[in-house]
Amino acid sequence: MRYLLILMLSLLPVFAYAGEAKDMAEDPVLEQRMIGLAEKLRCLVCQNESLASSHAELAEDLRREVREQMQKGMTDQEIIDYLVSRYGDFVLYDPPVKTSTLVLWYGPFALLLIGGGVLVYQLRKRRSQIAEPQISAEDARRAAELLDQTDKPEELIKKDPQA
Amino acid sequence: MMRFILPFVVFVVLAVFLFVGLNLNPREVPSPLVGKPAPAFTLPQLHEPAKPFSPADMKGQVWLLNVWASWCVSCKEEHPVLMELSRRNIVPIYGLDYKDKQADAELWLKRGGDPYVLSVADAEGRIGIDYGVYGVPETYVIDKQGVIQYKQIGPVTPQNLTEKILPLVAELQAK
Amino acid sequence: MIPEIGNFALIVGLFLAFTLGVLPIVGAARNNAVLMGVARPLAAGQFVFLGIALGCLTYAFVANDFSVLYVAQHSNSQLPTVYRVSAVWGGHEGSLLLWAFLLSVWTLAVAMYSKHLPEEMVARVLGVMGLIAVGFLLFMLMTSNPFDRLLPAAADGRDLNPLLQDPGLVIHPPMLYMGYVGFSVAFAFAIAALLGGRMDATWARWSRPWTTVAWVFMTMGIALGSWWAYYELGWGGWWFWDPVENASFMPWLLGTALIHSLAVTEKRNAFKSWTVLLAIAAFSLSLLGTFLVRSGVLTSVHSFAADPKRGIFILTFLVIVIGVSLLLFAWRAPKIGLGGKFDPLSRESLLLSNNVLLSVAAASVFIGTLYPLFMDALGQGKLSVGPPYFEAVFVPLMIPMVLMMGLGPLARWKKVDAPELAKRVSWAFGAALLIALLLPLTMGKWSVMVSLGLLLAFWIIASVTLSLRERLAGRDDFMQRLRGQSLSYYGMQLAHLGVAVFIIGVTLVKGYETERDVRMDVGDVLNTGGYEFRFNGVTEEQGPNYVAGKGHVTISKDGKVVTELYPEKRQYNVSGMPMTEAAIDAGLLGDLYVSLGEPIPDSDGAWAVRVYIKPFVDWIWAGCLLMSLGGVLAISDRRYRIHNKRSAEAKTEMPLEEKTA
Repeated sequence: MRYLLILMLSLLPVFAYAGEAKDMAEDPVLEQRMIGLAEKLRCLVCQNESLASSHAELAEDLRREVREQMQKGMTDQEIIDYLVSRYGDFVLYDPPVKTSTLVLWYGPFALLLIGGGVLVYQLRKRRSQIAEPQISAEDARRAAELLDQTDKPEELIKKDPQA
Repeated sequence: MMRFILPFVVFVVLAVFLFVGLNLNPREVPSPLVGKPAPAFTLPQLHEPAKPFSPADMKGQVWLLNVWASWCVSCKEEHPVLMELSRRNIVPIYGLDYKDKQADAELWLKRGGDPYVLSVADAEGRIGIDYGVYGVPETYVIDKQGVIQYKQIGPVTPQNLTEKILPLVAELQAK
Repeated sequence: MIPEIGNFALIVGLFLAFTLGVLPIVGAARNNAVLMGVARPLAAGQFVFLGIALGCLTYAFVANDFSVLYVAQHSNSQLPTVYRVSAVWGGHEGSLLLWAFLLSVWTLAVAMYSKHLPEEMVARVLGVMGLIAVGFLLFMLMTSNPFDRLLPAAADGRDLNPLLQDPGLVIHPPMLYMGYVGFSVAFAFAIAALLGGRMDATWARWSRPWTTVAWVFMTMGIALGSWWAYYELGWGGWWFWDPVENASFMPWLLGTALIHSLAVTEKRNAFKSWTVLLAIAAFSLSLLGTFLVRSGVLTSVHSFAADPKRGIFILTFLVIVIGVSLLLFAWRAPKIGLGGKFDPLSRESLLLSNNVLLSVAAASVFIGTLYPLFMDALGQGKLSVGPPYFEAVFVPLMIPMVLMMGLGPLARWKKVDAPELAKRVSWAFGAALLIALLLPLTMGKWSVMVSLGLLLAFWIIASVTLSLRERLAGRDDFMQRLRGQSLSYYGMQLAHLGVAVFIIGVTLVKGYETERDVRMDVGDVLNTGGYEFRFNGVTEEQGPNYVAGKGHVTISKDGKVVTELYPEKRQYNVSGMPMTEAAIDAGLLGDLYVSLGEPIPDSDGAWAVRVYIKPFVDWIWAGCLLMSLGGVLAISDRRYRIHNKRSAEAKTEMPLEEKTA
């Protein structure tokens, strides 16, 4: 269809003056919607490319299919369902949430909770396990002063009489 | 002290997965159509474009739908196997000539022989998409009720024919 | 003859690496000074022989020796000389040789810059690095020898993949590999410390600069790869969450975590077992990346030709290296002490929260990358995990991360007075919020995501400004205060600013880029984004090993010519592969990007042309550059330059240590 249109356009008389460039697609709005959807779909024959960026013939056919289904008024979800019924979940770069993908989708956030929990637990445990070193109030004051002044531990050592 | 061994345990599990993964083909995509009715279509026959063919015509028979093309390299490899199979007359093979030129396709069949009861031409690859074709050749085993029972991705070889396809055909025919 | 010398040098290199991996470690265990003493000369010898091997392969490429299989597969007599050199690492075998050679460079560097370290530590570190080299050299000699002959010789080579014939690809792999391999140093220090049972703040202090150097290389390597994808692939993307990209991103994330946790370990002698684990994990992920790229278990745009035999070999190597390290960890880590005291709310705890977030981020990239493999192995069917997943998971993790990044440098060590800190930063946060809400309005379109991105970026900028103000303002001499801050402080702030710049780039290019895909006849104009693009047609041009259609596009704004761009569509002679060479007018405020599609059939010189306007896109890589510069500043700090045995020893006797309950 697209090539037919291009062919027809190129048969029009060539005007001598500069024209405004025409969008490659017949319907730029629909084309944008198609590309948006195709970016979330995987080209089956490519190494790892989306349908939107691939130059493979099958990718072009599938883009045509998606475009035509959009022209027929199908929603994005209906088109996705159609492609999944033909090619399986493999075509989706955005895997659906279901039992087998629970770890994928919620795993990272579960890890975050666990990681955060372990950190808080460890920090609390440390506080109770480490005894405050026995130093005089004067030393403590001077050490705090030094810590405030500098980031450099070796200076702390050099100046700290205890080292 | 169990927590210090945990990283090792996680790694061992990972290593097992990686080992299993080495023997898998990440590019082979199983078809979700297996166990589903073969999508309907009506296409002109390759040799007699006036006559249409539709999978519905095949109700009551077990048959193979082989997706091929004259431009497809591995089809050359599978072609003799299909010729041999058609000579043995066990199961009818129907061809779906995928994104091909009529003349090229006819020349191909003239040169290599025609294993198909008939072939239909899917010049624009639309039926291919409906069947989830992504690499030619592909072969579907369709039962008497018109349900796809198996999909062979890549060429039919004597090995996968005897190990998988023919036993399945025999089983389906007996039903 | 030359390839045989190279092959021989590889074998000698293997022998030296093996000796390096055994004698010094035995020497350290038995306290034998002679055995420990051979480590440095062996490291130097290994460097020399692997250098000879790499030189021989390079010679074979430059001299067009197509009797070498690897050269015949990856080069061609028409190939320009500079790409013949970079073709050395354009394939599996040669890139492995580069890996091994760079490992010998790092080993030599450790041997040279470790005069202040205890002998047994040096012996163990170099020994561990030698053992890693043994693995790689064995792998190369047994499955992937770059010097294998092709007899009879090919008349000409199959040419280097045109995608790789690009200046960016000349330096991207060496940089990235320097990073990957560099993490082996931190790893070797960690293993040496576990072996020696000497796990204290000095260990962290020694490995810190090495880790930072590796991290700098890795940051640059990843940034170069991303920049290359942007201008070379012809559609203006810069990150695709492809498995191979992820393979480099995971060790980067853990390396970033490691730099921060080393700070806590050095400063407070705390969380040592975690830091050691992180050092092991960062390098393990580097190795895992090698496996993923070369074994074919995952489908990626830029993986090497897969070979199951190679897969088995690397997997075995992985299992040995990582498995033994983690067992050693499980055995030794319980004996590591707790270290100094700090409050649950302190700069230490903020740094550790950063570690949690970075590690979880790395884990989520890991889960996403390998999930298809897990599913397939469990017989759960095939699925794909792509950019929509990673963006949905990664971005929410980075939000708290960046918020803490602003707080961290302002927080005090040991104990933070929360209300006081909140009061200090309230103005900074308020200013960032105000800018984030208002700035998008001046750009024509307000959206939540743009505002959020800008909030994060300006929050970092505001907190860096606040920190500088607090440190530099005062009654005494400003210059003196300026000099009074350590270089590592400036390095940290610069790196953090780099993150802000990076976020600005990502946010604005995502929020405001325009893309047009148009048909242009000669003389046609396209008005978009305030610019006028005039297409002056395509002329044919002959390249050294390709034919190009060279387009000419004049861009003007308000009637004045801004720039002329010459995008190309090349057809390479040998492979026949078409290549899109985009033309870019790069600028501080954004890029004008033009690439040629296909010529339009049956027309009078018309082409499909893609035009992109990408605001602030270069800030993405500028941000990475700032992060790297920050790293360079940090390691230039004098506390890493003036090291001598005395201060190292003094430090191990810190009084606040090892007070375990």
